[in-house]
Amino acid sequence: MTTATVETRDNYLTHEYGVKSWLLTQDHKRIALLYLAAISFFFFLGGVFATVIRLELLTPPGDLVSAQTYNKLFTLHGVIMIFLFMIPSIPATLGNFLVPMMIGCKDLAFPKLNLLSWYIFMIGGALVMYAMLMGGVDTGWTFYTPFSTSYANTYVILTAVGIFITGFSSILTGLNFIVTIHRMRAPGLTWFRLPLFIWSMYATSLIQVLGTPVVAVTLLLVGVERGFHIGIFDPALGGDPVLFQHLFWFYSHPAVYIMVLPGMGIISEIVSVYSRKKVFGYRFVAFSSVAIAVLGFLVWGHHMFVSSQSVYASLVFSFLSFMVAVPSAIKVFNWTATLYKGSISFDTPMLYAFGFIGLFTIGGLTGTFLATLGFDVHVTDTYFVVAHFHYIMVGGTMMAYLGGLHYWWPKITGRMYPEAWAKLSALVVFLGFNLTFFPQFIMGYLGMPRRYHAYPPEFQIYHVLSTAGASVLAVGYLIPAIYFVWSMRYGKAAPDNPWGATGLEWQTTSPPPPENFEITPVVTHEAYDYSILEEMTVG
Amino acid sequence: MASHNLALRHQFDDVAQQKDASTFGMWLFLATEVLFFGGMFCCYTVYRSLYPAAFGVASNHLSLVWGGVSTAVLICSSYFMACAVNSGATGKKTAIVAYLAITILFAVAFLVIEMSEWHGLYEEGLMPGFNFTFHEGDFRHVQLFYCLYFSMTGLHASHVTIGIGILLTMLIRAARGAFSAGYYTPIEISGLYWHFVDLVWIYLFPLYYLIARHVHQG
Amino acid sequence: MSEHIVTKRQYAIVFLILLILTLTTTWASYFDLGKLNVVVALVIATIKASLVVLFFMHVYWQTKLTKIVVVSGVAWMALLLWLTLTDIVTRGWLPFPGK
Repeated sequence: MTTATVETRDNYLTHEYGVKSWLLTQDHKRIALLYLAAISFFFFLGGVFATVIRLELLTPPGDLVSAQTYNKLFTLHGVIMIFLFMIPSIPATLGNFLVPMMIGCKDLAFPKLNLLSWYIFMIGGALVMYAMLMGGVDTGWTFYTPFSTSYANTYVILTAVGIFITGFSSILTGLNFIVTIHRMRAPGLTWFRLPLFIWSMYATSLIQVLGTPVVAVTLLLVGVERGFHIGIFDPALGGDPVLFQHLFWFYSHPAVYIMVLPGMGIISEIVSVYSRKKVFGYRFVAFSSVAIAVLGFLVWGHHMFVSSQSVYASLVFSFLSFMVAVPSAIKVFNWTATLYKGSISFDTPMLYAFGFIGLFTIGGLTGTFLATLGFDVHVTDTYFVVAHFHYIMVGGTMMAYLGGLHYWWPKITGRMYPEAWAKLSALVVFLGFNLTFFPQFIMGYLGMPRRYHAYPPEFQIYHVLSTAGASVLAVGYLIPAIYFVWSMRYGKAAPDNPWGATGLEWQTTSPPPPENFEITPVVTHEAYDYSILEEMTVG
Repeated sequence: MASHNLALRHQFDDVAQQKDASTFGMWLFLATEVLFFGGMFCCYTVYRSLYPAAFGVASNHLSLVWGGVSTAVLICSSYFMACAVNSGATGKKTAIVAYLAITILFAVAFLVIEMSEWHGLYEEGLMPGFNFTFHEGDFRHVQLFYCLYFSMTGLHASHVTIGIGILLTMLIRAARGAFSAGYYTPIEISGLYWHFVDLVWIYLFPLYYLIARHVHQG
Repeated sequence: MSEHIVTKRQYAIVFLILLILTLTTTWASYFDLGKLNVVVALVIATIKASLVVLFFMHVYWQTKLTKIVVVSGVAWMALLLWLTLTDIVTRGWLPFPGK
C-alpha cells in the first residue's frame, strides 16, 4: 500500500465540523473519541491521587496528609480508576470504534443510545467530581457497610449516585454491542470467523449487562439507608453487613473481567499480526472468553473469606475461583503457541503485548494463591492483594490498552505515532511498573496492611522502591500522552493497512469514511488468514 | 410503503432487521431489570429466611384487599396493553389510542391505590425513616420488612411512573398516525416493558402480602 | 421473525386465568402449610409469570435467542440468590479453624 495523504478524502473526522457535530454525533467513531477524551482525563486525575498516596508512603509516619485525607485519597483513586477509567476504557473507546468496523456494518444497532451512554457517563462522572471537590468520600471504593451507611461523614450518597449513573452507561454500551454482534454482521461473517477482539467484547458485554444492575441497586440501597436512616445493611437496625458485601461483589468481581477481557481481545489481535500467524486454537480462545464471563460470576465470595462468611461457602468459592483461572491460562498458552515459529516483529504494540503476557501471568498466578483459603487469610487486606490486582489491571489491561491504542492509532486518526519514542515509553512503562508493584508483593507477604498511611519502619525500603517506580511509570504514561496529541497534527500520514493485518477494519481507509465502508464487505475467509493479503498484493 | 422507509434507520439493511434488533434490545434491557430488582429480591430472601416470624407479623399489617385489588388492576392494565399491541399489528389507529388510554388509566389507578396504602402505613407508624412506632416483639426485623417493602414497591412504582410516560408518548404518536400494520415496533417494545412491570408485581404481591395469612384472618 | 398476531380473545383467556390464579394464591395463603406456604405461593406466581411472558410478551412464538435472554436473566438472579444463601444457610455448619 502506498502512503496516503491525510484528509484528501472525506472521512469521519472531516465530514462535519463544529462543536455541535461532535456533541450531537451518532457516529460510533466520534463517540469513541468523546469517550477517549473523557477517560484520559479521569486516568490522569486518578493518577494524581496515586501520586499523593505514593508520596505519603515514602516515610513511615503519616506526615504528608491526615488519616482521613489518606482514606479519601485511596477511595477516590479507586473510584475514579475503576468506575471512570478502567470499566469504560477499552469497551467505550476501542470497542465503540472497532466493533461495527470489524463486523462490517455502518454503525452500532442503536447509535442514539450510544450517544446517550456517553452523556450518562459524563453526568455520572461530573457528580463524582462534584463530590470530590466538595470534600470527597473516605469509605474505600468498596463502600462497606455500616461505615458507609451510618458512620462516614463524607459525600457517600453523592458519589454513590454518580457511580449508579455511570453504571447505566456501561449497561447500555454492553446492550448495544450484544445486539450489534448478533444481528449486524456482514454477509459471510459467521461467529467463528469473527476477530477474537469481538468475542472478548461480546463476553465483556454479557458481564456488563448481567452484573452492573446488581451493584446499581446495591448502591441505591446504600443511599436509601444512609439518607432515611433505615437498616438494610446495618446490624444495629436489624440488617446484615455481609449481605452488602455479597451484593457488591456479585458485580465487582465480574467487573474485573470487564476490565481484563477486552485487553485479552486486543492481545489476541496484536500477537497474531506481529507473528504473521493465525491465533493458535481460535475456538478455544473464543470459548474461553465466554467461559471467563460465566465462571466469573461464580467466585465473588473469595473477596469475603474473612468477613464471617460461612466456612462452607468459602470452600465453595475457593474451589470455583480455581476453576476461573483455567480459561485465562488457556489464552496464555494459545498466545504462546501463536508466537511459536511465527515471524515476530517488535513493533510497539507487540512490546506491550509481551509485557501483558508476562505481567498478566504473574498477576493471574498470584490470584490462585489468593484463592487458596489458608494463604488468603494471612495476606488479605495486605499489599499482596494490592500488588495482585495492579499486576492484572495495570500490568495487564493498561498495557493491552496502550498496545491497542498504538495498534489502531493509524486507523483512528490517519496518523502514525513516532516509533522510537513509542518503543522507549513501552520500556519505561514496563520497568516502572515492575519497580512500583513487585516490592508490594514482598511487603504484603511480610505483613504491610493496605489502606494504611503510617507503617512500621521495616517496610520503608519497599515503599521507597515502589514510589520510585511510580515516578518512572508516570513518565512512561506521560510520553505517549504527549506524542499522541502531537501526532494528530504532525504525525506521518498512515496508509490504510500499515501493519498488513487481516480484519475488515483494515480494508477501508485510514481514517475511515463516515459509514465505514464504501460498499458492504462480504467475508469469505477465516479470521487471521494472512494468505488473502498475499493474494491481494499479487492479484 | 412510504412509512416503512421513513422509519428505517441507516445502520439497518431492512425493516425486519431493525424490528428484530429493537425487540432483542428491549429483551436485554428487561434482563438487566430482572437483575436490578433481583438484588432487592436477594435481600428479601435472605432476611425472610433468617426472620420468618417477624416477616409474618409485619405482613399481617398490610391490607390484603388493597394488595389483591392492585394485583388485579395491574393484570387488567396488562390485558389492555396486549390489546393495544394487537391493534398495532392489525393497523387500527383508533383502537391503539383507546387501548393505550385504558392501560394508562389502570396504571394511574394502581399508583393511587399504592399511595393511599403508603399513607395508611405512615399513619399506623409503620414507615421506617419517617414514622416507625412499632415496638412489639421482634420490631427490628419488622422494621427490616418494611424497609424492604417500601424500597421494592417504591422502585416498582417508579417503574410504573416511567411506564406511564412511555405509554403517553406512544399514545400521542399513535394519535398522530405514526404507526401502521407494517411498523408498530415502538408499541410492541413498550408493551414488553409494561408487562415486565406487571411481572414484578406478580411476585411482590405474594411475597409481601401473603405471609402467614393463616395466622391473622383478614 | 414470526409475524404471528395473537388475537384479543387469546389474550382474554390468559387474562381470566391470571385473575383466577390471583384469587387462588390468596385463598391458599389462609391455610397453614408450614414451609410449603411460600412454595405454593411461588409456584402460582411463576405460573402467572410464565403466562405473561409466553403469551402477553409473545415469547412462545419468539426465536431461541429471545428465550435464551429470558432464561439467562432469571438464571442470573437465581445464581445471586443461591450462592448468597449458600453463605447464609450454612453459617455454623463448619467451625472456623482454630476455634
